[in-house]
Amino acid sequence: MTTTTSAPAGLIPPSEDPWRGFIPGSWMATVDVHDFIVCNYSPYEGDAQFLCGPTDKTTRLWNTLERQYLAHERRLRVYDVDTTTPADIDAFGVGYISEDDDVVVGLQTDVPLKRAMMPNGGWRMVETAISEAGHEHDPRIKEIFTTYRKTHNDAVFDIYTPRVTAARSAHLITGLPDAYGRGRIIGDYRRVALYGVDALIVDKERMKDAVAGQDFSEDWARYREEHSEQIKALRALIRMGARYGFDIARPAADAREAVQWTYLAYLAAIKSQDGAAMSIGRLSAFLDVYIARDLAAGALTETQAQELIDALVIKLRIVRFLRTKAYDQIFSGDPYWATWTDAGLGADGRTMVTRTSLRLLQSLRNLGPAPEPNITILWDEALPETFKDLCAAISVQTSSIQYVSDEHVRDHWGDDAAIACCVSPMRTGKQMQFFGARMNIAKTLLYAINGGRDEMTGSQVVEGFDPICSDEPLDYEQVWAAFDAMLTWVAQTYVEALNIIHYSHDKYAYEAIEMALHDSEIVRTLGCGIAGLSIVADSLSAIKYATVTPVRDDTGLVVDFTTEGTFPVYGNDDDRADEIAQLVVSTVMDRIRALPRYRNAVPTQSVLTITSNVVYGRATGSFPSGHRKGTPFSPGANPENGMDTHGMVASMLSVAKLDYADALDGISLTNTIMPSSLGHTERERVRNLVGILDAGFGSGLFHANINVLNRATLEDAMADPESYPNLTVRVSGYAVNFVKLTREQQLDVLSRTFHSSSWGPP
Amino acid sequence: MSTLSALPVTDQSALAIEGFDAPEHRLAGTGLAGLAETTLPREKRLEAMRVGELGSIHSWELSTAVDGPGTRLVVFLAGCPLRCLYCQNPDTLRMRDGQAVSAEDLLALVRRYRPVLAATGGGLTLSGGEVLMQPVFAARILAGAQAMGVHTAIDTSGFLGTACTEEMLANTDLVLLDVKSGIESTYTRVTGRALGPTLDFGRRVVAAGVELWIRFVLVPELTDAAENVEPVAAYAATLSTVTRVEVLPFHQMGRDKWATLGRPYALGDTSPPAPELTERVREQFRAHGLVTH
Ligand code: SF4
Repeated sequence: MTTTTSAPAGLIPPSEDPWRGFIPGSWMATVDVHDFIVCNYSPYEGDAQFLCGPTDKTTRLWNTLERQYLAHERRLRVYDVDTTTPADIDAFGVGYISEDDDVVVGLQTDVPLKRAMMPNGGWRMVETAISEAGHEHDPRIKEIFTTYRKTHNDAVFDIYTPRVTAARSAHLITGLPDAYGRGRIIGDYRRVALYGVDALIVDKERMKDAVAGQDFSEDWARYREEHSEQIKALRALIRMGARYGFDIARPAADAREAVQWTYLAYLAAIKSQDGAAMSIGRLSAFLDVYIARDLAAGALTETQAQELIDALVIKLRIVRFLRTKAYDQIFSGDPYWATWTDAGLGADGRTMVTRTSLRLLQSLRNLGPAPEPNITILWDEALPETFKDLCAAISVQTSSIQYVSDEHVRDHWGDDAAIACCVSPMRTGKQMQFFGARMNIAKTLLYAINGGRDEMTGSQVVEGFDPICSDEPLDYEQVWAAFDAMLTWVAQTYVEALNIIHYSHDKYAYEAIEMALHDSEIVRTLGCGIAGLSIVADSLSAIKYATVTPVRDDTGLVVDFTTEGTFPVYGNDDDRADEIAQLVVSTVMDRIRALPRYRNAVPTQSVLTITSNVVYGRATGSFPSGHRKGTPFSPGANPENGMDTHGMVASMLSVAKLDYADALDGISLTNTIMPSSLGHTERERVRNLVGILDAGFGSGLFHANINVLNRATLEDAMADPESYPNLTVRVSGYAVNFVKLTREQQLDVLSRTFHSSSWGPP
Repeated sequence: MSTLSALPVTDQSALAIEGFDAPEHRLAGTGLAGLAETTLPREKRLEAMRVGELGSIHSWELSTAVDGPGTRLVVFLAGCPLRCLYCQNPDTLRMRDGQAVSAEDLLALVRRYRPVLAATGGGLTLSGGEVLMQPVFAARILAGAQAMGVHTAIDTSGFLGTACTEEMLANTDLVLLDVKSGIESTYTRVTGRALGPTLDFGRRVVAAGVELWIRFVLVPELTDAAENVEPVAAYAATLSTVTRVEVLPFHQMGRDKWATLGRPYALGDTSPPAPELTERVREQFRAHGLVTH
């Protein structure tokens, strides 16, 4: 199918000229926010002196929110649920935190923190979540979604194959988005501010009819139908904006409107979808253009500019979705990944850091640290030193920033890419992901040895594979061949499940408003994930370099191993072990590439576990590496907890060896370092962290989640959570309030490697 | 002991140090990751160690902000003539417990990390154990690292300072000198050795114009007496190339290692110093105009 991208008729600004003073470019003729930014933004290399503290309004608003809502929510888990109004863009009337003090307005429902139900994904999840929150569901709504309206979840289970259900219940594949929204789609919310919704509707109508003359095909029909859905969603967005008193059919005329319009577009997304990750994209340079214009014209002061950013950040901190407790096991701490991507370099070599990048960081000081928005800095050694220092200082003080390699992202996805969720990069408005949770490759290794029998239950889950029967020490070549064969089976089953899920999601829970803020022709990736990399790498290394003998129960099932001798361990910059990890990642990718994919999606892989490393571990047996049955996996691509004994930088260098080309959806490393191990003075700590980040990313690392924490602080927080409401820890590509984690997950965080210096304080 | 401190500065008979020995062990899975071990017969190994082609190494790591500026490749050499009561690395005390690694391989490791060390403003630190137990090997590594443009440091008690040649000092950018006590008798109680050689070595470092950091491990009821701290501070204040003093609070992270080795550990019941005590001692140093952390 072909479509053209000539100038849409509707992109003409209204008479007050919202585009006054902007440098013209092709962005005026086609929807192209990136071009607008490149033409108009001002890189900032200076220091943080210009920044302002919070206004009285900001402080009052934040205090109101804290006292009247957040404090209650921490106690109750769920503040409130609306049980009668299935959510949609314009399903609710207006709501405010404080009508007097809200600088940026708009809530998901009519009350802050009140959660809406989104039953298109599946009724059972909604009903469970409502009852777990201590409420009763409305039988009328249940009747609608169980009798008249088919859901995504119903469709998935209509199609699932026996092998998918078998692998799913055996925990070979876990966390599939078959009962919750898939997320990881970033609408280009900036388009609403720059062009106004009317122009976007005209553009979508034009694109819809661009194919009108072509022959029927299922793709063609879906294209036309999806465009119609998108146009309806854009109209609903205009209605929702009007309720709050804004005419967002037209472009934003100043900074205040640009922030408000962008937020309303995002709000439409989070009112209608509860995707696992609802990221906001890359806003700073865009908003900075508007702020700079108003500042220059004397229409805005720096204090007011900061107030606007603070207000937006406050709104991003109170996004809420109705989730079950089971969901919290996989994604703990109630995250929604309003990931805000910032910094990096432009293709022309200029830094994309603007004054608004600093204003965003300043919000962490004005409001105190918090897990959301998930501030993600695209790091490059060439970023302005003052900015690097500022980021590192905030990491040292609050651990509330994560870092991703700008070079990897820029080289593969361009300089307007944003991170969805934790580490998944995509070109804003031009690309979306079919999110895939992950397969348990550690368990796959045990299945290979046991010929498809489950090491925990003994039952035969996968048919047609021979177990390794000999009681001699395991032979590396033989185990590798068996692992590869089992991996192929698991990958086939996994990708089959993903194809089914995304086919059903598009059909029954289509993200109309998010996709309306994308181009009509986009790139789709299938983000396949793995869990248990360090265990597989270390176990294969043990089999190769030490002597590993299986231990069997009386049915012949291998339930443990004895490992004699020593072996290289992944995470110590030892090539022998790290090469095995590389081989595993590239083999997984090869197996996935060979499989058919829904909508011809580009296959990608992530080495990321979110917080599911705990549930994966619980369902998995013991390993030649010494990893014990039932204990948490290390997160993401991390080395096994406590086994990276050569320092944080060595552990980074090991992870950096995994080839990003094999894992385009991201390779996640979460590190915890004690403050004393970064230096004696604040200045030393900051400079040393900058050095570590430069060194890690300079060596090819993709992602670094940096915690600067003492173990004692976490232990205190477990004992006395009331005193640590805002203690933020980075768990795996995102941050959580530590006190919101389950006890098991808190213990998992404590069991991770704390990189310390030998003479640090005890 | 006294014969040791009387050794002429360049006398290679310093290698006759008691305990200078070839390692017995094979490469362990952790600790020496990425370094090849040497499998020469023992006699050949000992010979190669005397000429500095081979060293006995406990482990290495990349650590930040503890053993010199920036992120550093810290190499822990095996063997130490002291027996500090609080030693946190009791498994590094005997040279034959280490592993034989060639100078060539270790320099290859330095080369591998040169970009990382440069990016972080760090460098190489030879620590231990006692680096000056293997002076010829250490000198070779320091010279090789400096030739690559890598910042070099040694972390030493200074007790074997006479084994450090002028040339070796010239190849060292920073000396971390552990002055474990100011009173002779306390020093001996803590380490089993004499204090004099350490003080002499510090002065030699200054004479060579090499930057010095003075480190003092603060152990409650062992080294914390004001009278014990004072002479250390006064001494440090006389050394013109001292740029900082680090007061390191005692901790119990080494306790398990003593237990594993089955050796008696005298400080099993000692607590880390209270923050106020640490601050008092730091103030004592600061009173001498020393930048103290
Ligand atoms: S000098 Fe260092 S290595 Fe030697 S015994 Fe004392 S503390 Fe231990």
